[in-house]
Amino acid sequence: MIWVRRAAIVILILVALGALFGPAFAPYSYGEQFRDAPSALPGGRFLLGTDQIGRDYFSRLLYATRISIVLAPAAAAVSIVLALLIAPLGAGRGLLRPAVSVFTTICLALPWIFLFIILRAELPLNTSPVLSVLATFALMGVAGWAWPARVFAAEIGRMENSGWLLHARACGIPAKRIAIVHAWQHLRSVALAQFRVLVPAYILAEASLGLLGLGVPEPLPSWGNLLGDLRHPDLVRANPWIMAPLVLLILVMICLETLGSAPMGEIE
Amino acid sequence: MMRTRVVAAVALLCAACGSGRKAGEVRNQLRISIAGDPKSFDPLQAIEDSSDTVRYLTSGVLLRVNRATDALEPELAESWKMSDDGRTISFHLRPGLKFSDNSPLDANDVARTLRRALDPKTASPFGDTFAGNPTITVSSPLDITIAYAGPKPGLDRLFDTLPIAPAKLATLPASAGPFYYSDYRPGEYVMLSRNPNYWKHDSSGKQLPYLDSVRVAIQGNRDVEVEKFLRGEQDIVARLEPASFDRIEKAKPGSAHSLGPSMDSESMWFNESPGGSLPAWKRKWFQSAAFRHAVSLAINREDIARVVFGGRAHPSAGPVSPANKFWFNASLKPLPYDEMAAMKALTSEGFTQQTGGLRDAAGHPVEFSLITNGGNAVREHMAPLIQADLAKLGMKVNVVTLDFNSLVDRIVKSFNYEAVLLSMNIETDPIEVMNVWMSSGDHHAWNLLEKTPATPWEARIDELEKIQATSGSRDVRKKAFDEVQKIAVDEEPIIYLVNPDALCAIAPNLKGTQPSVAPPSVWWNVEWLRFE
Repeated sequence: MIWVRRAAIVILILVALGALFGPAFAPYSYGEQFRDAPSALPGGRFLLGTDQIGRDYFSRLLYATRISIVLAPAAAAVSIVLALLIAPLGAGRGLLRPAVSVFTTICLALPWIFLFIILRAELPLNTSPVLSVLATFALMGVAGWAWPARVFAAEIGRMENSGWLLHARACGIPAKRIAIVHAWQHLRSVALAQFRVLVPAYILAEASLGLLGLGVPEPLPSWGNLLGDLRHPDLVRANPWIMAPLVLLILVMICLETLGSAPMGEIE
Repeated sequence: MMRTRVVAAVALLCAACGSGRKAGEVRNQLRISIAGDPKSFDPLQAIEDSSDTVRYLTSGVLLRVNRATDALEPELAESWKMSDDGRTISFHLRPGLKFSDNSPLDANDVARTLRRALDPKTASPFGDTFAGNPTITVSSPLDITIAYAGPKPGLDRLFDTLPIAPAKLATLPASAGPFYYSDYRPGEYVMLSRNPNYWKHDSSGKQLPYLDSVRVAIQGNRDVEVEKFLRGEQDIVARLEPASFDRIEKAKPGSAHSLGPSMDSESMWFNESPGGSLPAWKRKWFQSAAFRHAVSLAINREDIARVVFGGRAHPSAGPVSPANKFWFNASLKPLPYDEMAAMKALTSEGFTQQTGGLRDAAGHPVEFSLITNGGNAVREHMAPLIQADLAKLGMKVNVVTLDFNSLVDRIVKSFNYEAVLLSMNIETDPIEVMNVWMSSGDHHAWNLLEKTPATPWEARIDELEKIQATSGSRDVRKKAFDEVQKIAVDEEPIIYLVNPDALCAIAPNLKGTQPSVAPPSVWWNVEWLRFE
């Protein structure tokens, strides 16, 4: 099914290009209110219609896609880097090994959604929307290290008894060089697989926070706060085009999952 | 042919079984919803909306305010008399009254109910309503007098709410109202059945209520309520969003009713409290009447009413909604949108428009946060409109949606907020919101830490509130509260924005309704409701 994966890559590239350069071609600013045309139907003036307070839905979708598509991978990268720093400590000897394991388990058990709600409530109120978005994704990145760390720890555990490691040690190669040059070659594919799993997870997490009204603040759009309108079936029935971010989210998720399930060699 | 007949017969049988009644028989059960499980079935413990709804449907009261005419009408009391100073009220009860469990109801039950409500151990909300240490005298099984040493404004109308409770309070207590509790399934429904001992009869002598039962479903989602109404599974939706109103009107013409402006007022206010972490220079803006007035002038109320509420709201004129006909100060008019006048007011206070926005006399950029509760679609849409309107003056407003508990915590405990968008209502009598307007009141929204009046106009409000709270004359109270409203509009400690319309849906075959903006809006005369 290589063509499916190729199609997924093409779609993701198109969405990413749209997210990066689309706002430059957006017909209006994401916050501009056309109060003479609230909940307008799609047409020549507004390609996807307007939201309840008359903001162009298409322009908002372009900006929202940029936020979700750019920041979710950034947050995933933060998680992977943290996990790569913490996981080797768990492979050490003495008390450090069980300590890291217990700490990872505790972090995995924490109800993060509630912690996010508390944290959002405690953020300074005059945090600018952009800073607030960055803080939200940064927190997701910091909070999400435990899942990949557990996988990396298991992988490092497997490496400890491998023939190549014993051989490298016997040859007198310094531990630092073994870690950077040799061990990384083995961990890289696992790290990339974990990255592909985390990106969609963070896109969905932001969408969930947005649904609770606690994600990206007004007037900045994100997939999450655009999806917030779907809480009201009456609105959806009257303006079905407000499902556009949902369609885009599902499409991107399918593409990411398709790539996530592919053997690493195929994608590379 | 044979096969068709069999299918038709089975379909008819299924239809008959499904409906549970014979062909042509009219269903005699009213189906409504409440948002959550009632916290208590003790009528004196009805604190939240859900308990209060079932309390209203089951309780017998001495007097009732007719929600359609605002007139006070006799219920369990056949007649009543108020003293000229408004401090003493005497009731003469109807003879032969009984609770739904057949136990007799007389003046001793009224006295016991009132004493229990006043007992601090009961912690009843009615304890505050009837506070003042009244002397309760039962002179005969049918006569009772309640006398206050001090003034008690609107004493007679207070008895509209007091449910006369039986001596023995079962888990599902007996009632003296039109219905009694017959079943309760937590999370599912409260079933109310017709009280066979209800005293009221119609003009033809038929005992009321007309309905056999009321099924009160526990349903927290308003959208589901609307769906159920459209499917014919619910007979009344007491509060409708504008979008749902239009949809019901389209699907079931004549079922959706707009009752005009409701008692609700969407409003915003600034934190003027010295507590919290607000810098002094920012508090100075918020304490400036010119700044508040400029903000008020720059918000386009007409746009909010038209865009957010789809035209089903009206710009507010002040603290009292025009729906509250007696207490509304009719001389007050909504503030028109005027960006130029707003800028003029700001300039008079030393604010200047510079590159990058508005700055105060000391050069601080004018930026503040506006908090509101997340998940409330109306306020989530109002906030960006306010944000855009104030941006025209050069003000930067950061909209922050918080979960409701965090929001309340910031307003009443930590005082760590700058401006808030919420609703502020006066439902019946302004005596209920005295704690908002008195400078020492514990709900003095804009400055909860204030103990004595911080400004001359707050001192004047305190004086007027004292008159309002002590006079036995409704007209004197009205005059005093009219002036309170005038000061509130001039000084704008709370900026009143719009009064949304009261919207409800009623099944077309439900007759006898007289929907009112005063709660409970649709079923206040439940004993007269019937299906045709």
